[in-house]
Amino acid sequence: MNESITLVEAVNLALAHEMAADKDVVLLGEDIGVNGGVFRATVDLLERFGPRRVMDTPLAENLIAGLAVGLSTQGLRPVAEIQFMGFIFPVMEQIISHAARMRNRTRGRLSCPLVVRAPFGGGIHAPEHHSESTEALLAQIPGLRVVIPSSPARAYGLLLAAIRSPDPVIFLEPKRIYRAVKQPVEDNGQALPLDTCFTLREGSDITLISWGAMVKETLEAADELAQQGLSCEVIDVATLNLMDQDTLLASVGKTGRAVIVHEAPGHGGMGAEIAATLSERGLLDLQAPIARVTGYDTVMPYYRLEHHYLPRAADIVDAARQTLEFA
Amino acid sequence: MTNIAYQGEIRFSRYLDAAGQPVTELPGWAESPEILVEYYRQMTLARQFDTKAIALQRTGQLGTYPSLLGSEAIDIPTASLMHGEDVLIPYYRNHAMQVMRGSDWRDVLLYWGGDERGSANPAQRQDLPNCVPIATQCLHACGVATAFRIRGEKRVAVTLCGDGATSKGDFLEALNVAGTWQLPLVFIVNNNQWAISVPRAMQCGAPTLAQKAIGAGIRGEQVDGNDVIAVHEAVALALERARGGKGPSLIEAISYRLSDHTTADDATRYRSGDELKAGWEQEPVKRLRNYLHGRGWWNEDLEQAWQTEVSKRIQQAVDDYLATPVDDPGAMFDHLYAELPPQLVAQRERVCARAETRRQQRQG
Repeated sequence: MNESITLVEAVNLALAHEMAADKDVVLLGEDIGVNGGVFRATVDLLERFGPRRVMDTPLAENLIAGLAVGLSTQGLRPVAEIQFMGFIFPVMEQIISHAARMRNRTRGRLSCPLVVRAPFGGGIHAPEHHSESTEALLAQIPGLRVVIPSSPARAYGLLLAAIRSPDPVIFLEPKRIYRAVKQPVEDNGQALPLDTCFTLREGSDITLISWGAMVKETLEAADELAQQGLSCEVIDVATLNLMDQDTLLASVGKTGRAVIVHEAPGHGGMGAEIAATLSERGLLDLQAPIARVTGYDTVMPYYRLEHHYLPRAADIVDAARQTLEFA
Repeated sequence: MTNIAYQGEIRFSRYLDAAGQPVTELPGWAESPEILVEYYRQMTLARQFDTKAIALQRTGQLGTYPSLLGSEAIDIPTASLMHGEDVLIPYYRNHAMQVMRGSDWRDVLLYWGGDERGSANPAQRQDLPNCVPIATQCLHACGVATAFRIRGEKRVAVTLCGDGATSKGDFLEALNVAGTWQLPLVFIVNNNQWAISVPRAMQCGAPTLAQKAIGAGIRGEQVDGNDVIAVHEAVALALERARGGKGPSLIEAISYRLSDHTTADDATRYRSGDELKAGWEQEPVKRLRNYLHGRGWWNEDLEQAWQTEVSKRIQQAVDDYLATPVDDPGAMFDHLYAELPPQLVAQRERVCARAETRRQQRQG
């Protein structure tokens, strides 16, 4: 029953569960049908639910987003797959100008309960344009929810929540850890909340804050610091918009120190938003400047250099030690 | 060896010439007054509303407003032929269609008066609101039509755009998927010859815009968009085909933008008075009036009575619009998400408190 599965298998499990439970849930995207998705996230779903509900679209990302907007205004629950986040830019106009605004601009007469799924992030030696992390571009859009799982169980529970959400959701899947770990996931239809961070480890000396694939390095850094006798609280932010500020503030209220870790460039990244929030609402709790460990402010390098770009556990350990050593 | 792999053609249809004289045998329904007189009433109503809206804008009582002048013979028969359960996916010039489908002229004024509530009337059912980003609505129409297909419903999605929109990838992507999936969908291009200041010839090198349908594997045709009978015939057939599972159509309706692009535009900067004068010679309302007069179905007395009735209706809409108080500023938060997120509660309270303070200050 509680079979151990990977993150991408958990995505598939959640999609299958929700399609079986709700006939209004439909899938659309490129190569999601017979091929089951280039990462196999939609494997077997065409056979189970048929071509009216699992739609291979013509090759046009803007089209996929526009279809999802139209479908959702008529009461369907489309889950669109964008093959890689590097190709999400043609989707932006439909998401920003229509999906995120429809409820507001019709004062609730129409809405767009859609999900756009996209694998994101580097580290799999992919071609150009296949390794970006541009979550901050999406997290600023009012009306949108931006959700990033970091484990199979959270992928399952958060995707169920995303599909059931009456609001449009961008669901970014950290493809570097699509198959990194297996975890028992019960197919019980239990959604996880979209309004909370997940505290993965409790600690008292410092708060390490991350999301997506970098949660892996962040936990490794916490292990390393534990061996040095330092107690880290590790938080997976999970929902970047709307962000659970209270859990982050409560943790930093306890530890007084924070390191924020993300793969995207630091400049204008979500780490900056979190640091600003902690400063605005928790300055008196802080015992040291907030540190950020992020990707460089460069174009995501092609794969021979990508390991130089991606933050490592050792970088997080160093940043945490500097924060802890601040007088 | 070389064969002709594909050969296509685009037909152009017209029934009434610019003077309102039949140029060919008319369809049976046009030989009796009921439908055409009703079209004439709706077209003149729309035109009188348009004049009023522009006057409101010029006197600072309405925001930037896109005139519908010259599109009456396209919009009125299309809205009239659609079923209530069909879905309209308009661009931003289809005010008359929205009203014919259940909205109110007050809502049109409210929308162009800067108030989201203009798109909130429940009578608009599942019709989409005005679409400002060019051609993006064509993709929504495909999504709406796909929803009908998934549910096995005999409903049709109807979307409109201008000639400029046909240059966008969105338009071509929409035609493409409509053809691939044979969606129950009607595309209507109001080719009014101008996309703000850029003339039709600078949009596309093809002799017709309708032939873009050929590349998408769907029906395409051209009609005289100033001839209400030609538009009616084309739209009726396209709706019937879509409803009957015979796939989508593209109708290019040749019209002329008799107005500026919007009230913020000044077309004298880029087009000649002679061209505009020629446009007025083709215009749709006079053409239909001449035909109705010729058949004895309309006369000056009826015109006078109708114009008086229309003035009353429009004045009522204007009064209702001007009497509508500005929305509570908290409204900008209330429909952003299905429920007000706790993260936004403080911001909402701040804007409401500030508005309340200002109100009290004004009251002294």
